[in-house]
This record gives sequence, structure tokens and C-alpha cells, in this order.
Amino acid sequence: MSEPVLEIRNLNVDYGLGEQAVHAVRDVNLTLHRGEVLGLAGESGSGKSTLAYGLTRLLAPPGVITGGEVVYHPEQGEAYDVLALSDRGLREFRWAETAIVFQGAMNSLNPVHKISTQLGDVLAAHEPTMSAHSRQARCREMLKLVGISPDRMDAYPHQLSGGMRQRVMIGMALILQPQVVIMDEPTTALDVVMQRQILGQLIELRERLGFSVIFITHDLSLLVEFSNRIAIMYGGRIVEEAPAASLYRDSLHPYSAGLLSSFPALRGPRRELTGIPGSPPDLKGMPSGCSFHPRCPKVFEPCAGNIPVLGRPTTPDGASRSVACWLHPVVESVG
Amino acid sequence: MRYVLQRIAFYVFTAWAAMTINFFIPRMIPGDPVQALLARFQGQLNSDAIESLYVLFGIDKNSSLWSDYVDYWGQLFRGDLGLSFSAFPSPVSEIIGEALPWTVALVGITTVISFLLGTSLGVLAGWRRGSWVDGLLPVTTFLSSVPYFWLGLLAIFLLAGPDSFFPSSGGYEGGLVPAWDQYFIPSAIQHSLLPALTILISSVSGWILSMRNMMVTVAAEDYITVAHAKGLSERRVALSYAARNALLPNVSGFALSLGFIVGGTLLVEIVFSYPGLGFLLFRAVGAKDYPLMQGIFLIITIAVLVANLIADILYLLLDPRTRKEG
Repeated sequence: MSEPVLEIRNLNVDYGLGEQAVHAVRDVNLTLHRGEVLGLAGESGSGKSTLAYGLTRLLAPPGVITGGEVVYHPEQGEAYDVLALSDRGLREFRWAETAIVFQGAMNSLNPVHKISTQLGDVLAAHEPTMSAHSRQARCREMLKLVGISPDRMDAYPHQLSGGMRQRVMIGMALILQPQVVIMDEPTTALDVVMQRQILGQLIELRERLGFSVIFITHDLSLLVEFSNRIAIMYGGRIVEEAPAASLYRDSLHPYSAGLLSSFPALRGPRRELTGIPGSPPDLKGMPSGCSFHPRCPKVFEPCAGNIPVLGRPTTPDGASRSVACWLHPVVESVG
Repeated sequence: MRYVLQRIAFYVFTAWAAMTINFFIPRMIPGDPVQALLARFQGQLNSDAIESLYVLFGIDKNSSLWSDYVDYWGQLFRGDLGLSFSAFPSPVSEIIGEALPWTVALVGITTVISFLLGTSLGVLAGWRRGSWVDGLLPVTTFLSSVPYFWLGLLAIFLLAGPDSFFPSSGGYEGGLVPAWDQYFIPSAIQHSLLPALTILISSVSGWILSMRNMMVTVAAEDYITVAHAKGLSERRVALSYAARNALLPNVSGFALSLGFIVGGTLLVEIVFSYPGLGFLLFRAVGAKDYPLMQGIFLIITIAVLVANLIADILYLLLDPRTRKEG
């Protein structure tokens, strides 16, 4: 496997302080490799967006990072911890190294400024020496890249459709050629046709430009198709991580299996869609042990008592995947 | 551009309607207002004035309602608002012309300062919640809830007096002739300080509060998070992204308050006996000077309409979503 570009180590994120704090992300270890698409899936409230906001330090109060580190490996030079950057360093890091495409396509653009202004101010902030003329040229080029006619430069956001706005956001994310692009449910607000179109374009751009993607969604079927590896989150923890194909063929964690059986397959015999009984855990009062055990169909003695460790399972392809479940003894813990 | 012309046409129509109502109201008053006035003035009015009163009130027996109406408009376009009763035989337009600059200068400048100051403090308070500016809020809110006349009287009681720097009434030192010279201007400024200060104190908290609340609302918008994620400077995010959007509702409030500059400061001018339009209206009401009242109402109506038009145009400039062209 290629070298890592972003390593998340023991990241913990809380909402609130002290006794009342809600632990939204717990001891997450995750590595993003250069040029890969890493899918991050889970139900609402599983902590996937919090993880993304946490690693870019965009958490709005009362969100606080209570521990861990996020090590970024630039293309050239020393690796550094994003969480330890100064305000100035953080501003320089943002967008230039890690860009984000947000969930709300409709509201991600400032309604009172032209598209060209909003694309241009990224350049003005990060490359102050660039001339106004070459800034314009670069913005034009980015719009063309995402399939929007450059004569829309002077349009205001309300003059564009939802799909166009999201494409502008993708163009904006790529304007500084970042190493990592985080996609936080980028297509949730769009219809399925537009969803496909935009994702197809994104994959094509990724092959051309070679950035890595963290793709966050609750739609596991999308991930199976578009990502190289998938990490499944539940109750703020990663419960399983595996190459997309292996996860789809034989998932180890019962929660992953539940997610996979909640959407229909296009080919093959018909089967009953089961879904997962119960509802996601209340982050304020997490169940003891494995937080999935009250909903788990395969629950047995150790589940309620102890938290399973994320580690390499003993299966033949165990070296490339990890799981946190008492059903699957692990040989070596991850992180 | 078409939109602006549409708006202007609309306001011209509204102005026409207001002035027509202004023409008809005296005609709907039961009884004969002129006789009532004549009784009050006990023969001090000459026959010309009586004649013009009849024309003004539309009870000129010799002419039809329509020709009265045409005459009324003719007079308006010549700037002729009739003769004042209380300051007979001065024309109303002249009296209003003398009072208007005082009000516009005092209240106009204070309103602009209050808006700018309140909005800037509001931006600061909304962007850095929990800072010292938030501590200012209860104080300013308390001051603005104090009835204005009491605030004014208190200011006069505490700050003005025979040996004080602040004069307690009037627009300038008695004995000076209004002119743009080194004697009159400082005196006028000195007289305006105390009324200006009290207006500022009572109006600034409204701007702070509404701007702060809008900032808080806008700060939760997705595009603010995007702006942070883009690595823009804190200043640019606060001003160009948050404040720029939060300002929009406040701008229409500001334009409306511009309309009320002319008529809305009765209390200030009464408390400080300031020679402006509000004080003039107060005196006109006391003296039952109908032509003067009518003239002042006309000016107020026009001011409110012009302010509304300014609000529309400002909004058009600031918010691209209100522009119709694609």
C-alpha cells in the first residue's frame, strides 16, 4: 500500500465540558493513504461528520478536541500535527492541504458575492502574490474543470441550480490542488441523477489530479461502488475497516452486515431487506461494553461487559482489514 | 433599472395619494373651520387671508371641487403652502424652510452616527460572544427603555445650568445671526451636543441588539463554516461573509429611521426648545395653525417616501437576490 497522507491517532471529540460532556468521537485511529478514496459510513449521530470537522479543527463550540493527533504528511517536507498548528499555520493549512465539500450544497455559498469573488478570495488568501488577472484565469479554469461554463463567473449563487452550486464547491475545493479532499455527504441534497453525475465527475478528477478523498455518507451502497476502503462508525468508534470489496462480500461486524442488508442488490437472488432493529445509541448514556450489543443479533456474554478492541482479525485477508467485535478474535490491535 | 423605475412610479403614486388625502381631509371636517379660526383671531386676519383660507380648506363657494383640486396642485408645485396663522403673514414654506435645516442637521447626523456606532458594536458583540461588548448590552438597553423626555430632562438637570458648558435650550446663542461664520457655527454645535447625546443614548441600543442577533444567526450559516475552512482571515470572514449578510435587515430599518428624522423627534425638540420641525409642529398644534400643520405633514410624508425609496435602492445594491434581471 502507498504511503499515508493523513493519520488520525486516538482522536477524541466531546461536545461540552466536564461531567455533562457528550463523547461524539472516541479513540478513532484511521489512516488515509495517498490517492485513495476512504469511505466513512454510519447512521446519523455515529460521529462521522464530527470526525471530519474535528480533524480540520472546524468544530463550532461547544465541540472540543480532547485528545489525539492528526498527522499530515505534505508532499514535500516533514509531517506535522494539525491539532498543534498555530492560528496562522492552521489558516495556511486549510484548503491548501485539506479542502472540504460540505453537506449543504444550497447554503455553502455566500449569497451576496459573485461566484468569481468566492473562488478568487481563496487565491487571494493563500497566494497573495498572484495577480488579479491570473486569479481570474485560474477561476475560469476551475469552473471549466467541473463542467460549468466560464461565463457563469459573474453569476450569484441564487442564479445557479443545486447541482451547479455543488459543482462550484467541488471546483473551489480543488482550486489550490490540495492533497486531501473531505466530502461530507456532498450529494445528499441532490437528486439521484445529479448524484451519479457529480460522483462520476469527482472520480474522474481524482484520477487526473491524484488527491485523496475521505468520503462521508450514510449511503453504504455509494461507498461500495466509489471507494477503495470503507470504515464503519458506530457510537463514535470505528467498528470495522476493510477494502470496499471485502467489506461488501463478507463483512465481519454484525453492524456492517446490518447496514449492507438494508439496501437491495441490483443482481442476484431476491432477499428480504432487514435493516437493523432498534435505534442509534444515545451518546449521553452509551451502553456498557460494545455499544452495539443491545441491537446486535449475535450478542453473547463478553459483549455487555467489555469494549472490544479494533484489531486485525485472524481471517485469511486479516492483514488488510480490522474489526472491533468479540466474535472475531484479533491478533494485533490497531493504533 | 426597470425595477427602480417601477419603484419610483409606485412612490410617485403614493405621494399623489397622500397629498390628495391631505387636500380632502379639511373638507371632510364638519362645520366651517375658517369661521372657527376667524372667531379665534378676532378680526386680525385681512380679507386676502380669509380668501386663501377658504381656498385652502376647499370651501370656496364660488368654485367647484375639481377646480379647487387643480388650484391646490398648482400651489404645491409653486412651493406655496399658504400663509401661517400663528406667524401671520409669513408663508408656511418660509417657516418650514427655517426650521428644517435644524432638524435635519441635528437628528440626521445623530441618526447616522447612532446607526454606524450601533452596527459596529453589534458586529463585534455578535462575532465575539461573551466579550466586553456583551456586557454593554444591558446598560444600553436600560438607557433606551428610559422614557425619552425624562432622559432629556435629567440631562438638562444634571449637565446644563448657568455655569455649565451645555446650554439647556435653543439652537444657538441669543444675539447671534445665523450665518456660516466663526461665531455662529461653534455656538450651534455647542447647543446641539446635549440633544444629540440623549438621542444617541436612547437609540443606539436598538441597532446594537438587532445587529448582534443577526450576526449570531448568520454565524451559524454553512457559508461561514466554508469561509473558515477556506483559510480566510478572521477579519474577512467576519466582515465580508458574516456582517455583510447580517447587515441586510438593518439597512431597511436604517432607511426607515431616516424617514422619521423629519417628524419623529418631537420630544427632543420640545424638551430642548430646539428650533426644529418637531418644535414647530408642537407650536402649530398649540396655536391651531392648520396651514402650518398641513405643510409639516406634507414634508413628513415626502421624507418617509423618499426614505423608503432609498431603502429599496440600497437593498438592490446590497442584496443581489432582489435584482430581477437574470
